[in-house]
Amino acid sequence: MADRFSLGLDVGASAAKAVLLEGEVVRARSIQRSGADFAAAATACRDDIVTKAGLATGDIEHVVTTGYGRRSVPFATSAVTEITCHARGCYAGFPRAITIVDIGGQDNKVIVVEASGDRRNFKMNRKCAAGTGAFLEEIANSLDTPLSSLNGLAAQATGDVKLGSFCTVFAKTELLKLIAEGTPLPEIVKAAFRSVVMRIVEMDPLEGDIVMTGGVVAYNPVIVDLVSEALGRKVLVPDHPQCTGALGAALIGQDR
Amino acid sequence: MADAKKSEIRKIAASKTMRKLMADHFYELDRAVKEGHPKVAWCTSVGPAELLRAMGFLVYFPENHGAMLGATRMATETIPAANAIGYSPDICSYLTSDIGAFLQKRTPLRDAYKGIEAIPEPDVLVFNTNQCREVQDWLAWYGRRWSKPVLGVECYKGVGEVTDVHVAGIAGQFEAMVPALEEVSGQKLDIDRLRETVRLSRECSDLWKEVLETAATRPSPITFFDSTIHMAPAVVMRGTQTAIDYYRELLAELKARIDDKVAAVEGERLRLYWEGMPIWGRLRDLAMLFLELRTCLVASTYANSWVFTALDGDDPFRSMARAYTELFIVRSDPHKEKYLEEMVKTFSVDGIVFHDSKTCPANTNCRYGMAQRLQERLGVPSITIAGDLNDLRCYSDEQAKTQIEAFVEQLA
Repeated sequence: MADRFSLGLDVGASAAKAVLLEGEVVRARSIQRSGADFAAAATACRDDIVTKAGLATGDIEHVVTTGYGRRSVPFATSAVTEITCHARGCYAGFPRAITIVDIGGQDNKVIVVEASGDRRNFKMNRKCAAGTGAFLEEIANSLDTPLSSLNGLAAQATGDVKLGSFCTVFAKTELLKLIAEGTPLPEIVKAAFRSVVMRIVEMDPLEGDIVMTGGVVAYNPVIVDLVSEALGRKVLVPDHPQCTGALGAALIGQDR
Repeated sequence: MADAKKSEIRKIAASKTMRKLMADHFYELDRAVKEGHPKVAWCTSVGPAELLRAMGFLVYFPENHGAMLGATRMATETIPAANAIGYSPDICSYLTSDIGAFLQKRTPLRDAYKGIEAIPEPDVLVFNTNQCREVQDWLAWYGRRWSKPVLGVECYKGVGEVTDVHVAGIAGQFEAMVPALEEVSGQKLDIDRLRETVRLSRECSDLWKEVLETAATRPSPITFFDSTIHMAPAVVMRGTQTAIDYYRELLAELKARIDDKVAAVEGERLRLYWEGMPIWGRLRDLAMLFLELRTCLVASTYANSWVFTALDGDDPFRSMARAYTELFIVRSDPHKEKYLEEMVKTFSVDGIVFHDSKTCPANTNCRYGMAQRLQERLGVPSITIAGDLNDLRCYSDEQAKTQIEAFVEQLA
């Protein structure tokens, strides 16, 4: 019985995500804040998962970890990079040639997957948080607005206000100018979203079917709409975009 | 993920000899400054060292000191001092870390060699801009500081085929600096001594090339990380019999490894090429990571940069001019791509790691689409690591590690 259960744990910069597979079936998911203790966040995810699934921790044979905290989980049976896990998790939902755009808490990734499921190449953002979840957190702080309200505000915007800066700090300076000019809050938030999209489209030509994943996409679907608009075609999003890395890790666990 | 089992870097026995040679090199320079003779010349790493040596100068290479500042991670503490006097954090971090160290009265030489308190003050400073324009600014700063003459060669850039016109232009500049060097050294150039120095330099270069080519064997007996250490005599002692003797010793050891099938990376399963500057402050960490991933960085443009196959004792000025213009860094992108294609084939490379060095655009070749062109043409995948030669503020350990591990997962 025990070897049928595989737990994938994506311990990211902002959140820890877990997916429990029983065979091919997802039995449970969990998302917890990563905080300052990756091991504790991973443990909280696992405990939540086993409670939801009505299992004991000993029932899980494979625990594959991924994400920045992948080496900090004492009960992991193996660790794989998030690049490989996102590719695997997305390909499970879209088994064809795809280009994955993952917007994470502190980095962005573009992963090109062949029709066979093999990875052709990948890119990560440069050593700068512009265009990542951390950028939006900074913007929300500057605007004294809850992070969770950004998407709703951006959805109300009708204008085409833009931010020109690469850098998070300079972008915040531009925000001050927009505030001083009396620009409505929804327009400012959408300008920040457009800035995220610009950082994405300059990473790669983004050819073929695009699949977007990550927490930023999960909570801010307006960003997906803006990427679709920029590329001139519909962008695909899995059912649980924040959990594709964890799903990929669980699938890799099933292979082992 | 890297294997949980901890691996050890396989030590090269010749290292002991090299450490002694380097100590001798620095003590000799220190003694010369204290005693006032012989004269000391500073020279850029791919400058006319043979000419200086033949004219009786002891030669000191500030880039070698820059690398020491990086490897000891002292650079990150000294760079801000240079930034503060107007040398931007965006320019060469060899330059900024070296000038910053001087301003702070620090040097890794002091920690490594008892009795040496400072870098050797020069009698003359000689640059060649074949590496970059920063070397000129770097040496000029010290020239002003000490009121010492700064001489130099202005090199061509983006060279396709090296023609007689290029060679004549550079050789003419070498010859033109002779009277000024004679004035400093107090002795006339002895052309036979120059011929002999160039001949010795060529022999050193040929042996260094042979050392690097041992990595074409599978498994490789040497890694890129080894070569960044063992290139030191080719940089600072070429033109001497000492360097030749050293590379004979090293080569014999590597050939014995090949005969005994001793791998530098135990269980070598992947072979990669490193394109760009080393990240000096992370050499050991990266060496350990690749070791645990059972991946050998078999070759690099960087270590190859001290191979000068054109040097010819019979035609010293023109052959130096050709050798120092044939360098990868001086050449056009089509030439560089052809060169990398040959490297990929010679060393049976599975992929390329490009280092996008923040403060060294001259040694960064992934900013104009080269990685993509090579992947399209040769099918060789690559990754680009953002970092720097000396300024670790430009480098993210975790991001680089994730990229490297993911690349190996992709290739394995």
